Amino acid sequence: MAASSCRGVRSILWKYGSCGKNLCVSRSKTIPQLPVRQICVSSSLWKKNLAAAGPQKFTQEFIDKQVEEFEVGKRHLANMMGEDPETFTQEDIDRSIAYLFPSGLFEKRARPVMKHPEEIFPKQTAIQWDAVGRPFHFLFYTGKQSYYSLLHDVYEKILAIERHQDKMRSKGLFTSDTKQIVLTGSRWLLKEEMEEYLVENVSDQDFMRFVQLMEKLLSMPYCSLEEEFILKFRKQLEVQSSKHEIPALQYDPQGVAFSVAEGRRKTAKATITLRDSGSGNFTINGRNYLHYFPLLQDREQLMFPLHFVGMLSRFDLEGSVEGSGHSAQAGALRLAISRALLSFVSEGEVEKMRQAGLLTADPRIKERKKPGQEGARKKFTWKKR
Amino acid sequence: MKHNVIVINQLITVNNLLFSTHLLTLFLLNMNLHKLSSRLCPTVTQKFRHLHIQSSGQQLEAVAVETASAEPNPLSVFRTSEQDPAYHSERQSGQYYTFPPAHIQKLFPHGLPPRFQLQIKTFNEGCVMVRPPALELISYLKRADYSKPPLRYVLYGDTGTGKTLSLCHALHYCYTQGWLIVHIPDAHLWVKNCKELLPSSSRPSRFDQPIQASQWLKNFKITNEHFLSKIKTTQRYVWTKRESTEMGQPLGELVDQGVNRMKSSSDVVGAVLRELRLQAGGITEGEGAFKLAVAVDGVNALWGKTSLKKEDRTLCEPEELTLIHNLRKMMKNNWSGGAILTALSQTGSLFTPQSAYLPNELLGEEGFDHMEPFVPVSVSNYDEKEFESCYLYYLDRNWLQHPHSRSEEGKKELIFLSNKNPSILERLCAFL
Repeated sequence: MAASSCRGVRSILWKYGSCGKNLCVSRSKTIPQLPVRQICVSSSLWKKNLAAAGPQKFTQEFIDKQVEEFEVGKRHLANMMGEDPETFTQEDIDRSIAYLFPSGLFEKRARPVMKHPEEIFPKQTAIQWDAVGRPFHFLFYTGKQSYYSLLHDVYEKILAIERHQDKMRSKGLFTSDTKQIVLTGSRWLLKEEMEEYLVENVSDQDFMRFVQLMEKLLSMPYCSLEEEFILKFRKQLEVQSSKHEIPALQYDPQGVAFSVAEGRRKTAKATITLRDSGSGNFTINGRNYLHYFPLLQDREQLMFPLHFVGMLSRFDLEGSVEGSGHSAQAGALRLAISRALLSFVSEGEVEKMRQAGLLTADPRIKERKKPGQEGARKKFTWKKR
Repeated sequence: MKHNVIVINQLITVNNLLFSTHLLTLFLLNMNLHKLSSRLCPTVTQKFRHLHIQSSGQQLEAVAVETASAEPNPLSVFRTSEQDPAYHSERQSGQYYTFPPAHIQKLFPHGLPPRFQLQIKTFNEGCVMVRPPALELISYLKRADYSKPPLRYVLYGDTGTGKTLSLCHALHYCYTQGWLIVHIPDAHLWVKNCKELLPSSSRPSRFDQPIQASQWLKNFKITNEHFLSKIKTTQRYVWTKRESTEMGQPLGELVDQGVNRMKSSSDVVGAVLRELRLQAGGITEGEGAFKLAVAVDGVNALWGKTSLKKEDRTLCEPEELTLIHNLRKMMKNNWSGGAILTALSQTGSLFTPQSAYLPNELLGEEGFDHMEPFVPVSVSNYDEKEFESCYLYYLDRNWLQHPHSRSEEGKKELIFLSNKNPSILERLCAFL
């Protein structure tokens, strides 16, 4: 979460080229003063070569100062809003900033934001060499020291496991069916996430090499010894179906169960009330659905969710829809029906419906017309001369 | 194979020993049917052709299909053996009965809706479901007093619920009872898409439609052949300087006049209608006593708007068309000895919203006043039983080819998609 927001903020504030992020700033003051010779230089040398400077670099003192200012500012903000400075969380900060600086900008990332400097300023590596100029890390001259050191670590672990295996074999306790690491429901880190973790650029081939090495580690029988290390590089996938909120099942005075749900498609908004009464009546905007949708295609769209769960003649449907055209209205109604059905249906069915695409809102909207073109894609007649 | 079947049927008719031929035919038919069932549609219709031969043959066939057991004949669930509409009652409600082919040709040369005609051609038989509105209409017709002015019956309902076919059913009843039928299959056809609009020869402010009129006269002739020689004209009609029809001529001559001379055909129609009006149920001539059934489909066209334009590009009023004018006179109940059966129709009507189906919406004020008082008969979508029987009929005709449509699931889908509306169901099944 922090990584993604950091990434987001970072992209707005500074553009990064693909050059290295290595720092080389602030020469120490103990360098002996060499005799300076006046050299005649042209004015072109005085102009700042912006491209060669590379991405802007921040010193550690600068970042510490920012953190201090942030903490102080947080307390000020809490006082301003009349809340307790001790228990002022980031959500409260966001809320207060949105209240004090209301912005009509559509792009959320362009709005005023107040976050911890660690999230705003990109992570940078500290100085990699000592006062003499000698690098700390033994792999510094590879150019990608964190990546190669990681690879070294992984190989170290592989060797350790092999030694463990040999030990077990010599004792005669070698078994293939040991505790396996549970990998379902998680995925490997993406290349971008890898780059963030290592704070240096990783190429595609490097990343693939890393994943191959991890797979090799996993293929060994005693890999559960390094479970913690491996899980550091796996990300849990969220269970998609748990994200859908199921509308509550209500009961009307006669004891008939009903549920209400909404759906949208391309400017068409629909609301549906599903009643569990056992007849197949269907009213839309007060009219019979046969009159409202004379086209078979629209009625098939409406039939799809009910037919999928096999409850065609069980429900009484009452719907209202407005906006857009007949196809969009049918799509909006279909989404509303699927959502309303969630409360009548079991968990497994919900997952099946999600996989069938019944619960996904169709994000397609009318594409904007561009200037200099006839429409969104159509160009004016091309004249050769 | 066909030869075998013919031989078997000859056996049945000649021997008349049902039981012994039962087994024989069972065996042979089973064999044939196995071969048949693996082939496509054309031979399937062949299989059903010999259903028509006799009722006993029909039963045998059915029993053979069901692998001889003591179950009730499944065909009887949706088909009835009662072919005479006079004897139809609630017992046959929801069941199909067949129009005899001879009747179809005579009675409905132009009367059936085009889709139904296609269906007759495909299924090789004209089957109509017996439904409550038609039964109601027939019961009224049975009990009406024909010495009084005719009752006007208006069939109304949503699009595609079966008004036209109910009208045809009632007309079939009238035909079997020997009435004279005046059937205008769709009055909307007379108020739109007319290629030739001539100023009337008799009256200056009116317009003639020679093609439509002569077409109708031809069909009228086919339907009522045997009446044409019996009815005599009561007045002298002058068509042009040289042509005229004398008093006392048979109606057939009048009709021929209209068919041959297109120019005066619309006036001939008017004359024919007038004659029938005057003489219906008349006790004046002993042998010419007949009951008149006037059936108009799409009656709201008579009082609606037309899409025809006069030469100066202004819209024509329906009043200005001869045919419409004469029909309107027919609709009035100032004669006796018959019945006026009408059905409203939104599908072909001009300038009416699609959601309108009630009489006062479709007829308009003028039409309503003109038609009042009338007996409204409402026609609605199929109910459960009727839907079931329609479904079985299509299955029986092998019209539903898709394997899924034979299952319960498929049936529920059909119910949902068509909302048990007859015409929508028919169109849906057409591509299954």
